[in-house]
Amino acid sequence: MPAITATYKNQLSRFQSLVALIVLCIVLSILTDKFFTADNGLNVLRQTAVNICIATGMTLIVLTAGIDLSVGSVLALCGAIAAGLLKNGIKIPSADLFVGFTILGVVLAGILIGALLGFFNGFVITKFKVPPFVATLAMLTIARGFTMLYTKGQPISNLGSDFAFIGTGWWIGIPVPVWIAAVVVLFAVFITQQTKLGRYIYAIGGNETAAKFSGINITKVKITVYAMAGALAAIGGIIVTSRLDSAQPNAGTSYELDAIAAVVIGGTSLSGGKGTVWGTVMGAIIIGVLNNGLVLLNVSPFWQQVVKGGVILLAVIIDKLGEKKE
Amino acid sequence: MLVAKNITKRFSGVTALDNICMELYPGKVNAIIGENGAGKSTLMKIFSGVHTQYEGEIILNEKPVHFSSTKDAEASGIAIIHQELNLVPYLSITENIFLGSELVNRWGILDKKKMQEKTKQLLKRLNLDIDPDTKISSLKVGQQQLIEIAKAFHVDAAIIIMDEPTSAISDKEVENLFSIITELKTQGKTIAYISHKLNELFQIADRFIVMRDGSTVNSGDMKNTNHDELIQMMTGRKILIQRHESTSEKSKELLQLKSICLKNAANRSDNILHNISLTLHSAEIIGIYGLMGAGRTELMETIFGLHPKLSSGEIKINDKPIRLKSPSDAINAGIVLVPEDRKLQGLSISQSVRPNISITILKQLEHWGTMLNKKKEMELSKQYIQQLAIKTSSTETIVKNLSGGNQQKIVLAKWLAKKPKVLLLDEPTRGIDVNAKSEIYKLIKQLAAEGMGIIVVSSELPEILALSDRVLVMCEGELTADIPANKATEAGILKYAIHKN
Repeated sequence: MPAITATYKNQLSRFQSLVALIVLCIVLSILTDKFFTADNGLNVLRQTAVNICIATGMTLIVLTAGIDLSVGSVLALCGAIAAGLLKNGIKIPSADLFVGFTILGVVLAGILIGALLGFFNGFVITKFKVPPFVATLAMLTIARGFTMLYTKGQPISNLGSDFAFIGTGWWIGIPVPVWIAAVVVLFAVFITQQTKLGRYIYAIGGNETAAKFSGINITKVKITVYAMAGALAAIGGIIVTSRLDSAQPNAGTSYELDAIAAVVIGGTSLSGGKGTVWGTVMGAIIIGVLNNGLVLLNVSPFWQQVVKGGVILLAVIIDKLGEKKE
Repeated sequence: MLVAKNITKRFSGVTALDNICMELYPGKVNAIIGENGAGKSTLMKIFSGVHTQYEGEIILNEKPVHFSSTKDAEASGIAIIHQELNLVPYLSITENIFLGSELVNRWGILDKKKMQEKTKQLLKRLNLDIDPDTKISSLKVGQQQLIEIAKAFHVDAAIIIMDEPTSAISDKEVENLFSIITELKTQGKTIAYISHKLNELFQIADRFIVMRDGSTVNSGDMKNTNHDELIQMMTGRKILIQRHESTSEKSKELLQLKSICLKNAANRSDNILHNISLTLHSAEIIGIYGLMGAGRTELMETIFGLHPKLSSGEIKINDKPIRLKSPSDAINAGIVLVPEDRKLQGLSISQSVRPNISITILKQLEHWGTMLNKKKEMELSKQYIQQLAIKTSSTETIVKNLSGGNQQKIVLAKWLAKKPKVLLLDEPTRGIDVNAKSEIYKLIKQLAAEGMGIIVVSSELPEILALSDRVLVMCEGELTADIPANKATEAGILKYAIHKN
């Protein structure tokens, strides 16, 4: 019998954030008639897409009991590089060479840079045993600095309507960023639920020593995960740059906090080993709905921050209470 | 006088202390001896208020007491110096000694001067010429031990319990410690002294109390006994466990170790293992016995590739030399380890049974590229649950909720799934009830009969005798004996396991 109740509890906690989201939507639908419309729904999803991308990568990291504070800066740097390459290409005067980039080219280049920055995080964390908090805090500053250097502190704008399609376009009645986020989420769900790598991620977060004693190459798994998170932050950066038609040097500031909030509200444990990508998606949408609903209710932006903080606390406290009962 | 009267202590089904009685006399060094797992540390933890749930009575100076915390025990004058020291490494000596009982002036500000003065006096009594502001982390282990004693002085403990105080200190420091103990004795303090080093006990102790299987078997004056008699008392046993009958004739050599050395990670000039060589045949079970700190676990870890940078020597499997840079190298060579601490090293206890079993064989479960075949995984988990008779209501039960015996079977299952050639078992039945124990014994023997080479490390002599074809004994990082099963006796094994000096 205890197993059945355990599974039942497991199921319940899996849907905890979904239930919270539904309740939130019902409440907002009652309070305002503008909330429950298809337009507004898509609007929320479009605004949430970037956070979903970043938070998905963050989930993979947090599942290994790590953290990545650098995603906001990585987003900015990759967005800026993509914009710069699209606009100016690469000039090598000594060889009298000019390399121009297609949109696909800059997207891939941006993602590659993001993956490399993430790889560097993972490398420092595993090889030099630097705590993830510190290593990625350093990267937060470094990547922001490079963004400033690359953009010379000025936005890189006027990137053309084709590029703008990524952030502002629609396809089969749904905004392109939502499609991108959906692909990212499905990819991460596949990795975590269906592959060896996913199992290793959960195993390392659950008990790193036991994982090591099981012959798992912890260094390889962690570096892979940080590189993925970097790449996903880069995708977020490209969406942001495209939507604004401009790479802002201070883009993505404090995005890491929204991502961590989504992960936590989604029920992933910061000590690793427990949580799902779906939960994080719910967490991100809850934050998006909350922002949107509070605007519709004419709540001051200052209060919005207070409410958001309260929701984070509430989510974690509910989780902890659930754990105690076990 | 401190008296334990009919104390019984159970840990989730396992009886650690069985109706034990013991008297500790003031003004004497009371030596408490017994094999690993005899219950010495458990009893000391009851005396010092670490374990608060037990049956029976503690009587201190003719009054019954029940300590609800270590602080409570300390207030009654009982201090314990643990084997693992309880000091905060980045605080100074003074700060450690006064931790939790800091002196403040009338403004509520720390009275550092007074604390320093007091610490200085304490250190002087211990013949320690160190600045009280020194950080603990920069002291040697022996000095740290003396700081623990200083803490006992500070609370003016009448009863001081020392758990293996000389296990990590040099001869000169031992001498200093003994002169301090002698001084404490003349002051009428009660000393409870736990040690495996019998010679040392003849030097310092006045009385002995021998513990075995959670009971006291004998006590008396140290001067009325001798070395061999004590060993006899430690091992003499009521329950006889059936000995392993060697079934297979000597078969081919499977695993060979040649001059395996292991350096101490903290101090590279110091060796934990010295030139260990051994040969394991297929279908053979080798039992390795040793006391705490003999290097048994470290040897297993070295063979499993966990110490690539600190170890040296040659390892061959089926006559082919192998290089072990990580556990995965060892696993690929067919060597697997069921580690000492299953919760810490063997399992992810907050996950369910299925992923814990399949973690070692995920590669074999991949189909269509990288996707895991979950149906096959489920079948495999069910197969091992059945084969090892793991008592769990489903494959999805969280491991945390299973008993120790079933958890250990899961660790075994995850490695058996890998079909190893060599199975290393480090304390395979620690904290497991008798039934599960005999099931695991049966399984180990069956695996050997099927041709697997098995090394069992254990600190329980009956277990060693019940399983082994051959008994190896380790002491201070060296192999000191290699005894065929039919010649092995408990006293004979213990003789080689106990320190020579």
